[in-house]
Amino acid sequence: MAPAVRLREAVALAGRFPLLAGVTLEVGEGEIVHLRGPNGAGKTSLLRLCCGLVRVRSGEAEVLGHDLVADARAVRREVALLGHAVYLYEELTAPENLRFALRAAGADPALAPAALERLGITGRLASLPVGQLSAGQRRRTGLALLVARRPRLWLLDEPHAGLDPDGRALLDTLVADARAGGATILLSSHEHDRATALADRVVEIAGGRVMSGHVGPAAAAPLPAPDESAANTIEPDKAAHVA
Amino acid sequence: MWHDAALVCRKDLLIELRSRVGLNQVVPFAAAVLLLFGLALGPDRRSLLPAAAGLFWIAVLLSAVLAIQRSFAVESADAGRDGLRLSGLDPAGIFLGKGAAVAAQLLVLEAVLTVGVAVLYGVPLGGGLVMAATCLLASVGLAAVGVVYGVVSSGLRVRETLLPLLFLPVAAPVLLAATKAWKAALSGTGSQYWTWLSLLAVFAVVYAAIGTVAFGPLLEDS
Amino acid sequence: MSTVSLPPRTKPAVGREPAGGRLGGRRSPSGRADVAVRALGVLALTGIVATCWLGLFVTPEAVNFGNLVRLLYIHPPMAWVAFLAYGFALATSLLYLWPRTRDPRLDRLAGASAEVGVVFTGLTLVTGSIWGRTTWGVWWTWDPLLTTTALLFVLYVGYLALRRVPGDRETVAKRAAIAAVIAFVDVPIVYFSVSWWRSLHQAPTVDLAGRHLYVHGLMAWTLLLGFASFSLAWAWLMVHRYRLATLRDREADEGLEVAIAERRAEGLP
Repeated sequence: MAPAVRLREAVALAGRFPLLAGVTLEVGEGEIVHLRGPNGAGKTSLLRLCCGLVRVRSGEAEVLGHDLVADARAVRREVALLGHAVYLYEELTAPENLRFALRAAGADPALAPAALERLGITGRLASLPVGQLSAGQRRRTGLALLVARRPRLWLLDEPHAGLDPDGRALLDTLVADARAGGATILLSSHEHDRATALADRVVEIAGGRVMSGHVGPAAAAPLPAPDESAANTIEPDKAAHVA
Repeated sequence: MWHDAALVCRKDLLIELRSRVGLNQVVPFAAAVLLLFGLALGPDRRSLLPAAAGLFWIAVLLSAVLAIQRSFAVESADAGRDGLRLSGLDPAGIFLGKGAAVAAQLLVLEAVLTVGVAVLYGVPLGGGLVMAATCLLASVGLAAVGVVYGVVSSGLRVRETLLPLLFLPVAAPVLLAATKAWKAALSGTGSQYWTWLSLLAVFAVVYAAIGTVAFGPLLEDS
Repeated sequence: MSTVSLPPRTKPAVGREPAGGRLGGRRSPSGRADVAVRALGVLALTGIVATCWLGLFVTPEAVNFGNLVRLLYIHPPMAWVAFLAYGFALATSLLYLWPRTRDPRLDRLAGASAEVGVVFTGLTLVTGSIWGRTTWGVWWTWDPLLTTTALLFVLYVGYLALRRVPGDRETVAKRAAIAAVIAFVDVPIVYFSVSWWRSLHQAPTVDLAGRHLYVHGLMAWTLLLGFASFSLAWAWLMVHRYRLATLRDREADEGLEVAIAERRAEGLP
């Protein structure tokens, strides 16, 4: 089965700074992967790369069958990102936000009420403009959007942050449900124990690269470990010969 | 594309309806500009009256800058354009939708300002159809160019200074043509306004076309 | 290995760099190109000097304009070069936007040409202003060409400001290319609107009436020389500005390797 995410020595830049300095990673469909690493390691950049927000400078990047090097936009309707920022319009209510976002993504807006109810954004909360909700409630609204959209790939950037204990438990349930529905989930979280318990495997990220856990045990063949030598450049001709 | 455009336009206008920023901030700003012009050019109607059409359109141009900035500011302030990129919307549709919403807001602004100009500068209103046509074409043209430059500057830290610098020079022909068309309408001088109206129409069509094509690539770069 | 049929495309996703790679290849232009550029510079300089000498000392006074006609030998050529520069920037920008001909060199050329264009536009405005001042006593006339040129100046200053905004190379290039198209499309619109604007007024007493001037003989040759030498000057300036941009990009590329190594080192204990 084709992997949901396949990255080979992917390099991504922000101006002149290398966000990702050669990431190699393979994630199969239906896997839950926990990205772990210190601050500034590149976890957020990796998640953003998977939804095409960050341009791949060199290397290979394929998500859900779409080649991100060729066209970063095609993958967006099948992928959803829950990041530090919640992409909601402050002046609109939660249901209005969800209906707009669902229509925009080509999904069915009728799924919105059920999702909001699941996340506890009902009654009075549902009639307030999102700008008046607390940060945690906004997070829940963002999650409701994810649940309603049912993307094939979930990208969760520190999803537990800002949620109360009930919310965190709910999130874990939602992730498990999503996987049961066939989705693949990549999440980064500083709640190590919780996330590791949830995930099938843990991937260590540091210095803009994947240090361990590139590939799950179910993959066809092991990929080579990253070259530790400082002389490892990104000369395009050499990279083509990675075995 | 049209479905996405209608979706975005409706969303933008709904936000405006809720927040009333256009009504509470941009319109008063334009009125203030008219007042300041009045102060600068003196209370004598003889100096204000001939300049009235031009002053009106300068006020519109300056307010358009604000309207465009506002149009992009609503797209989650901290995340810049990521929200639009991730939404799955067709960029050409986003362009048309936002452009339509900005144009609509400009039309409302112009209606209010027309009253302002009539009152403050003592302009006798006449030739209403031509004035309305001018407003429509000019607003569409300004919105088209503005939304293109708006998306370029919206993700940048220098957005407040870059947008006016880029937008105002390109919008200069609109200022010229709209002023002339209004003058022709107000003074009732024959069919001179046809050249100006056609210029405005050409401007609107050309930049709407460019915007539809260019918005996607411009939205994508980070 | 992986069964996905993805071509092993590991070349940089950006446009093709000149043959010879980033580090190796030509560190400096080949001797022949260097000589050619030098020759270009010398020719341009000679031409300009000759134009000035002819214009100031040798050519006769004109019938209606007296000594003022001497400005004619440099003002229209400068305006021509400004338009040439912007036209060239537009052409390279369009080529850059077309996926098949995308190449970072085109973007550098566009930027270089626009910068030179802005300089010449400024000079055009100054010489035009001097002409107006000495002929009619006004520092500015709202002549269609001059006004269009003034607007052009502001348009392209904006373009250059946009180029300066930080971002990665392809981002800046794409943004700037689209801005160049938008700006250039505006130029004829501006020109027509200003022409109509002017034509509606009573017969203007201030008209940059180079058209009414009868240019013949030595004057015509001097004018031609002026056009030619300033065009050469544009080419020479542009080549150097382009080289500067190329060197800057090369430096950035080399800095990239170091940056990547440093980034990786963060991850090691």
